[in-house]
Amino acid sequence: MFKIDFSDQKLRAILIQTLVVGVLAYAIFWLVQSTSYNLEKRDYKLGFGFLNDPAGFDISFSPFYSFVATDSHIKVYLVGLANTLLISFVGCIAATFLGFSIGIIRLSSNWLLSRLAYVYVEITRNIPLILQLLFWYALLINLPRLKNSIAFGEAFFLNNRGLNSPQPIFGDDFIYVTIAIILAITVSIVFSRRAKKIQEKTGKQYPLFLINTASILLFPAIVYFIAGSPLEFELPVLIGFNFVGGMKIPPEFMAMFLGLSVYTASFISEIVRAGILSVNKGQIEASRSLGLKQNRIMKLIIIPQAMRVIIPPLTSQFLNLTKNSSLGIAIGYADLVHGFGGITLNITGHAIEVMAIVMSTYLIISLTIAFFMNIYNKSIQMDGR
Amino acid sequence: MKILRISALLALVSFFSAPAIAGTLEDVQARGFVKCGVTTGLLGFAAPDDSGNWKGFDVDVCRAVAAAVFGDSSKVEFTTTTGKTRFPTLASGEIDVLARNTTWTFSRDVDLGFEFIGINYYDGQGFLIPASLGVASATDLDGASVCIQTGTTTELNLADFFRANSISYESIPVETNDEARENLFAGRCDVYTTDASGLAATAAQADNPADWILLPEIISKEPLGPLVRHGDHVWGDIVRWSLNTMIIAEEKGLTSNNLDTKLAMNNDPEIFRLTGKEGEYGAMFGLSNDFGYNIIKQVGNYGEVFERNVGLKTPLKLARGLNAPWTDGGLLYSPPFR
Amino acid sequence: MHSLNWIKQNLFSTWLNSIVSIVLIYFLASVIPPLLDWFIFEATFIADDRTGCTTEGACWAVVGARFYQFMYGFYPTEEVWRVNLVYAMLPFGIAPLLWDKIPFRKQFLFFSMAYPFLVFFLLYGGPGLSSVASNKWGGLLVTLFLGLGGILIAFPLSIFLALGRRSKMPAILTLCIVFIEFIRGVPLITLLFFGNIMLPLFLPEGINLDTIIRALVAVTIFQAAYGAEVIRGGLQAMPKGQYEAAQALGLSYWQMNYKIILPQALKITIPALVNTAIGLFKDTSLVLLIGLLDLLGIGRAALADTKWMALHVEVYVFIAGIFFIFCFGFSRYSLYLERKLNTDNDGENK
Repeated sequence: MFKIDFSDQKLRAILIQTLVVGVLAYAIFWLVQSTSYNLEKRDYKLGFGFLNDPAGFDISFSPFYSFVATDSHIKVYLVGLANTLLISFVGCIAATFLGFSIGIIRLSSNWLLSRLAYVYVEITRNIPLILQLLFWYALLINLPRLKNSIAFGEAFFLNNRGLNSPQPIFGDDFIYVTIAIILAITVSIVFSRRAKKIQEKTGKQYPLFLINTASILLFPAIVYFIAGSPLEFELPVLIGFNFVGGMKIPPEFMAMFLGLSVYTASFISEIVRAGILSVNKGQIEASRSLGLKQNRIMKLIIIPQAMRVIIPPLTSQFLNLTKNSSLGIAIGYADLVHGFGGITLNITGHAIEVMAIVMSTYLIISLTIAFFMNIYNKSIQMDGR
Repeated sequence: MKILRISALLALVSFFSAPAIAGTLEDVQARGFVKCGVTTGLLGFAAPDDSGNWKGFDVDVCRAVAAAVFGDSSKVEFTTTTGKTRFPTLASGEIDVLARNTTWTFSRDVDLGFEFIGINYYDGQGFLIPASLGVASATDLDGASVCIQTGTTTELNLADFFRANSISYESIPVETNDEARENLFAGRCDVYTTDASGLAATAAQADNPADWILLPEIISKEPLGPLVRHGDHVWGDIVRWSLNTMIIAEEKGLTSNNLDTKLAMNNDPEIFRLTGKEGEYGAMFGLSNDFGYNIIKQVGNYGEVFERNVGLKTPLKLARGLNAPWTDGGLLYSPPFR
Repeated sequence: MHSLNWIKQNLFSTWLNSIVSIVLIYFLASVIPPLLDWFIFEATFIADDRTGCTTEGACWAVVGARFYQFMYGFYPTEEVWRVNLVYAMLPFGIAPLLWDKIPFRKQFLFFSMAYPFLVFFLLYGGPGLSSVASNKWGGLLVTLFLGLGGILIAFPLSIFLALGRRSKMPAILTLCIVFIEFIRGVPLITLLFFGNIMLPLFLPEGINLDTIIRALVAVTIFQAAYGAEVIRGGLQAMPKGQYEAAQALGLSYWQMNYKIILPQALKITIPALVNTAIGLFKDTSLVLLIGLLDLLGIGRAALADTKWMALHVEVYVFIAGIFFIFCFGFSRYSLYLERKLNTDNDGENK
């Protein structure tokens, strides 16, 4: 009786799956057929050859590559991808810092402070991001004009065309300083590990932070002077229409940065708050009775435990931020969607190929972030259990 | 039961879809109005007023088509399109005609599968700068920040022009004309480049239009015209002759006001043919013979439409220039109506 | 005495707290009065155009002049009662879904199920009603249509996807995983572009969907994938005993899910579902980028008018206010549900 029932279910499962796959295959066949008919009717030739054609337009914001109009559409893609990754990376870092701060402030014993943090969270997370981006952009382009730039010394100039700052120019001998920095960091890591072991064995504590900071700062500084100060700064100077020389952060980038980090930070702060609240109160009381100071309780007891709760939702916030960076199109930030998915698509008319490339790129970015965050998550979940 | 569900689904699909298999004219007549694609808002060419009525030069081309097909210029509905969505929207059949200051180029005509039915505005790409910038020529713009609208031919012309003159610039690409205008007025960019008519519209929106000047260089030909899908020649003819009727009417001195008196007093056979008093011209493409009369009476001749929307008495203050009839030294020249 | 104590404990408990409080009080005192002046006391509420706004504060006249467009878009004035009717019935349509203690809930639920069809009929027109094409819709109408429409249609899809992702049939499982992960891996804007630019290339001649319907398809599948993951979390949280007990009773797969598993799983996931729904509601503003005139699109159209240009702050604040009311309301509701759920569970545990 049981056996027949089992095989019956199995049969049914096979039937259902065959049916679903069959319907899907038919739907795909139907779509492919009508698509190829449509494409033929419109004389649309599928293919990626257009990627090698010269773009014909210019992209001004391209910190990693130099881009000119004669470069190919592949270069447009690379510039867009680099810009997407750049804004996502700095956005995630800023959102994490801001989010952690707001999350901790919301648990402050000062009523006024925690209320203000609450107001911040509710306002920023209940208003569409695109509106916030437009707001930041409107704010930034209404800064003083070029001629009336807000100057910080002779080095930094803030105006409605962005922030101009000195550009470091590395001499040939700067390689020694780079080596010194890497060396100092390696030594610090090794030292920290040993100190931790010693502490676990004997309970002896070193002022780790102080020693490490000193060595990372001092050692390269000494090497720098021995090598003959191989670093110069090029100052921005106002010539003609714009500042010449130095580095320039355009308002499009700043608005994206502010908008993405302020918006995402409100979600992260809620995650952090929930994470901290999830830590058992007994743990805190116990550590207090052991005589630990408040900041050490936070660092040694609360944060490590809270992190286990925080990391998974934090991952999805990083993913959201990366995907939300596609809104650059609303304010003219030349990311993947604006530069390649927008201008290239318009000029070449190859909608299917361009959209396929854009979508699979985002998919790969998302899967990569999820993959690494999962590894990190696993490592801290194992830790201490 | 299954059949019921499938037929319900089909009914739902047909509810949201307009059958595009029949000729466009039959579709339009069955539907009761013309579907016309316009910009999301460009002063003088297409923009909704406070009460939501669409007004503008491109809008009036659509109204002329409606007057021709239905004898009623109000039987038209407008769909907003961006630079990116305009061609797919037309190709998909969601609109019957695209009147969105679109430049007639070889690849758009041939490769994209559209048919430009004529030119309703001869334009060229220019540069708009604040007078205070103290620049007299576009070649002095070395190092300037330039606002451009993406998805347009102007983007490519700009790169070509600056490269040919070996001057550098910073491009500030935006999606719509409004964003470009905001950026320009705020000083985010030194100069805005697009079709000269669009620049006039932009300057007209400044608090003090006299603070803004157009540079003398016109760096491209931008023949702007309405377009339809390839393949439906009857519909293409209707849109083409709706535009031509307005052009001929101006040539013959017919306006919406004097039409009836002129018809009573005149003996010009071409006017009789144009207004349907003589011949069966409308019936040749399935319209009533007085389609020309309706266009002139309800929408006006080309000159009226021009002056009403973009002419010297409007904020845009555009001179006729190339867009004068050939008899006045312009380029407007319609094939004869016979 | 009591309030003095409260102030001392919450604002001035330590010297650091006292400094922070004083700084914040000073900050608020210097920021709030000018803000209030701008918003209300110095604002102009009625004017013909921006030059009529002579006071220092906000120029709310732009909102007044374009209020009809903000609410209905270009919907014909003589037919606008249909939109008003849709708005008026909205609370009755969603109340029984949100609140399980409403009187006559069963009867109301039937109305809720009929409501979407009623909305389609009223807005588009049909037998007895003149047709109003969707290119005349705009403002709040488009925002609500896409937001609430997407959420409602996506809900059953999410359930099927979630069940599929826990299915033991490999073909179904793979399909669901690929679909969910694909949609969750790409930004909504690419889906909207896909629907707007590419879908017409895929569909056969004769099938020709409105822009707004294509946008609705995009937001619906987007929401369905996110909702599916939330519901999957709820299904995973169900104790195994529930499944075993249901199977022991001889219930079929659908009976088990419909009668035993889903009611419990959905109950615990609703707060999280509401949160993803809020996200979608905000994201509908992206349709601005495909040329649809939602609230934000109408706002930008108003700013394109010479009469009202440069009033960005007023227009954006007004739109932000509308979004805030909806999203904040729903987030409060989700919080209420969460609290209710916690107390219910506590009761069971005792």
